[in-house]
Amino acid sequence: MGSKLTQSNRAGWAFALPGFGLIALFIIVPFFFAFALSLTDQRLISPNPTQYVGLENYRNLLGLAVITLEPERDESGGIVRDEDGALQYPRVRSITRSDEYSQYAGMREWFRWQSGDNARVVVASDVIFMKALVNTLTFVIVVAPVQGGLALVLALLINQRLRGINVFRTVFFMPVVVSIVVVSLLWRFIYDGNDGLLNNLLSGLTFGLFKPVDWIGNPDTALGSIIAMSIWQAVGFHMVIWLAGLQTISPTLYEAAAIEGASKWQTFRYVTWPGLRNTAVLVLIVITMQSFALFAQIDVMTNGGPLDSTQTLVFQAVERGYGKQDISGGSTISVILFLLVLTISLIQRYLTRERN
Amino acid sequence: MATISRDNRGLRLAVRYLVLVLVALVFAFPLVFMIVSSLKPTAQLLSDTSSLRAFLPVGDISLSNYTAAFQRAPIGRFVLNSVFVTVVTVTASLFLCSLAAFSFTYLKWRGNGLLLSIALATLIVPFETIAIPLLLFVSRLPWLGLDGIEYGWLNTYRVQIIPWIADALTIFLFVQYFKDLPRELIEAARAEGASWWQIYRRVVMPLSGPVLATAAILKSLKMYNEQYLWPLIVVQDEAHRPIMVGLGYFFQLNVAWGEVMAYLSVITLPVLAFYLVLQRAFIASIASTGVKG
Repeated sequence: MGSKLTQSNRAGWAFALPGFGLIALFIIVPFFFAFALSLTDQRLISPNPTQYVGLENYRNLLGLAVITLEPERDESGGIVRDEDGALQYPRVRSITRSDEYSQYAGMREWFRWQSGDNARVVVASDVIFMKALVNTLTFVIVVAPVQGGLALVLALLINQRLRGINVFRTVFFMPVVVSIVVVSLLWRFIYDGNDGLLNNLLSGLTFGLFKPVDWIGNPDTALGSIIAMSIWQAVGFHMVIWLAGLQTISPTLYEAAAIEGASKWQTFRYVTWPGLRNTAVLVLIVITMQSFALFAQIDVMTNGGPLDSTQTLVFQAVERGYGKQDISGGSTISVILFLLVLTISLIQRYLTRERN
Repeated sequence: MATISRDNRGLRLAVRYLVLVLVALVFAFPLVFMIVSSLKPTAQLLSDTSSLRAFLPVGDISLSNYTAAFQRAPIGRFVLNSVFVTVVTVTASLFLCSLAAFSFTYLKWRGNGLLLSIALATLIVPFETIAIPLLLFVSRLPWLGLDGIEYGWLNTYRVQIIPWIADALTIFLFVQYFKDLPRELIEAARAEGASWWQIYRRVVMPLSGPVLATAAILKSLKMYNEQYLWPLIVVQDEAHRPIMVGLGYFFQLNVAWGEVMAYLSVITLPVLAFYLVLQRAFIASIASTGVKG
């Protein structure tokens, strides 16, 4: 075989190998490691040999069940009510800890709802993971369209022919060159419940009508506050990508639309938007991937709190894989995260495919 | 009628500018607040938030927060670490990724197309999904040091540099750029008997200013601004800690906000200055990640 190698073959390999080798070693190998490790009980440092455990890690994360609780009854079969008239139910613990129902062993209540006289309780093997999963999906589902849409609005604003428009472009883009870690710490102060800048600004603008909110200390507002801040920081990035897309649209199309007497909306709908198709797909996929990776904001601002309302998948993967040195648990979350990213990108590609 | 329509146009223009100015305020106010506050004592900083004084350098203005912040944490060391890691990684990345892209674009060899596809496929693997297995991997990797072979890369510069050198986006940017260079130049050089290395060095690289600038800006931002999760889990000792992880010094309960603002300004102002001077190149580099994507 050696004699068959031409000069080009040898040089080709020699030039490509250092770069490709590093990608293989530090991206592709750990990527496959993640799958392998998720099937073991690997720890960062451990005196015991690593063992194959099959899908146990996945069961420990994804285990879900619905338990139906019947209200407590007295000896004659009547339903017991407390002083406020509320129904009484047996404790969930009495089921998840009983030997009779071993399939629920180790599960805890996630949430419940009422169904007639019965209560239905969703129990999960790992309630914190479930909250992290829901929060991450919420973040992605809100941020992807809102950030993408706002970025397009900004791009259209900047694409006007006005004197000094470049100054505005410079300002809109500024937060992008500021680290998200810096932004998170800065906004911790802006969101502060007592001396926070935002509360003071809002109460000043409404002449004192606005009641101060502890933005990131309140489980109802924490995730929303982090969403708003993240969009503020990153929207300029996608504005620039939209702007590049806008500038590829031929001016003759706009002239033709003007001659036809198209309204502004019609021009946007039939000239601008079709010209931005590829850009739209790219922007959507890039924001989605970045949103799934939500970590620094959480680590700096809330540590997943209050009441786990800002837990995310990456934060949990790091807390277990690094904080608790549970490499296999962290790897399992990583694999689930990757499969989610892959599925959603494929769905997005399918929905935005070229239709003939 | 004529005067009315002119007034109308003036009004519309005024509304357009008003919208632009309001949006600009939304983007600028936190950063103005950060820089202005870094010059105020913490007590004044807190009381100023209830008025527009929050955005004005008024009152007791000094650099004492900066002195105090530098005393509380070895900030100088953290800055040096970040700058060192950034410069080495970016330099190595430009060299190795352009070399690989050169080979993928111009040279014929077995496996060329396959390897390029595999490399580009890694674009859909977010770093966050490999961080934990990579942590285990680097904690056991060997390294040939001055004292022979040692195991484990934790708490070093190399763990912050080597995994970050090669990436699919940088290779992709170079491949896109090289494809558009005139092939005749390379064929002519080949006909004159130039080696591939000479063509890379003497023909292609001197023409690659724009793509080098783009790749350098994107990679520098990534290394200086965005390195947080990885150094957090692989660097525990102060001597190698980069600047974003060093912020942890200021996370305690009784936050000295004046000092925090000073530290944040120290981190941010150099990058902002670079951006303001080179903004065309910054914006062009972001835009180029979207073209043809």
